[in-house]
Amino acid sequence: MKLRSNLKMLGLASVVIIAGAASYLIAADHIDAPAVTGTGSDITDFYAFQSPSNANNMVFVVNVQGLLAPAATAAASFDEEVMVEINIDNSSTKDNMEDLVIQATFSDGKVKVYGPSAPIEKGSTSTLITTAALEASITSYGSNPIIGESNGIKVFAGPRDDPFFFDLNQFKAIIGGTATSFNNPGSDTFAGTNVLSIVVEVPKSSLGSGSINAWATTNREL
Amino acid sequence: MKNILKYLSLSLCASLVLTFIACDDDDDNAPAPIVMYEQEDHMARPAINTVFVSTGEKDMFNITAPSAQGPAFATKFNDKLLALNPGYTTNLLGLDAATFTSVLATDVLTASLTGPTTFYDGTNVLTGRKLDDDVITVELILIFGGPDAMSNPGLTDDNVSQNDKSFSDSFPYLASPH
Repeated sequence: MKLRSNLKMLGLASVVIIAGAASYLIAADHIDAPAVTGTGSDITDFYAFQSPSNANNMVFVVNVQGLLAPAATAAASFDEEVMVEINIDNSSTKDNMEDLVIQATFSDGKVKVYGPSAPIEKGSTSTLITTAALEASITSYGSNPIIGESNGIKVFAGPRDDPFFFDLNQFKAIIGGTATSFNNPGSDTFAGTNVLSIVVEVPKSSLGSGSINAWATTNREL
Repeated sequence: MKNILKYLSLSLCASLVLTFIACDDDDDNAPAPIVMYEQEDHMARPAINTVFVSTGEKDMFNITAPSAQGPAFATKFNDKLLALNPGYTTNLLGLDAATFTSVLATDVLTASLTGPTTFYDGTNVLTGRKLDDDVITVELILIFGGPDAMSNPGLTDDNVSQNDKSFSDSFPYLASPH
């Protein structure tokens, strides 16, 4: 079948070109930031989903400091000079400018959450919202999750299993030219590793209506 | 003397107002200092920077506001897509290379406030990202799978379709660490 063999040839050609071009195809966002790799501001993943336990709530997850071995997890800690920000565009035009922010800071064993509220300024410089909405103790490795809750907002901060899954090693083999396809079954490179997670759940009514465009940032104190 | 002190206090207040939100006579209720931050990393859709941004520009992408990412990176994303998959025509979403990459270059995660939130569940597309969404396979399909998801079959699924630990239906949802 001509079409099929053409596709097959294209597939092979892709692999060859991938080998040259895509050594960057690594992971969700685990190894994408040369300037901050290995620091407390290196984001690994961002999630936004309806709460499985309350359809009126939205959950945001920001994970930092990926690929933590279990033996290294107890000693891992949030950087006290880093503020994690969830940016939310709820405009009808979706201009991708943040209309609301949720900010999280870490100090003295506690996570503090600010917002959701209008940012004091937009763009790559951020100012901390004046008053925190709630706080909770940061959960330590091996402890049950400590959950802060106030005015319908919940927060958790602490080590978790990395929820990301991907056969990164086989992908590297494809990129390196020693394999031409994924294995079946594949092998999850992130199995057995941890991250530091910030989970914030807020009422959808505090975010707008319809849909939002959201993104996570880490920001270092000036 | 008292008047002078009062005057000093007022002028001090006036000058401090520039740096502090409010001036408070009550010493045990000090005004909150203004704390400022500079952005260091950014993430929205999974693997976008990792896949589409060249090594030398990854940090720049991470400190560029989404509203400015499209103009700065759309053409580069298009070039990258065609380098990854020279046979790209359209994908399962029916998007040609320029349209697909212009969507991706503005790196935001759309999330529905009114319905299912998923990266892709067979019906809903890009309405959020759940913990168990197989986002890498979705992206491999969109990059390599062609209009019917049938092209390059060895490259469109890493055959890891779930996490190594189960997620919870109650807060904070993520599994306990290893």
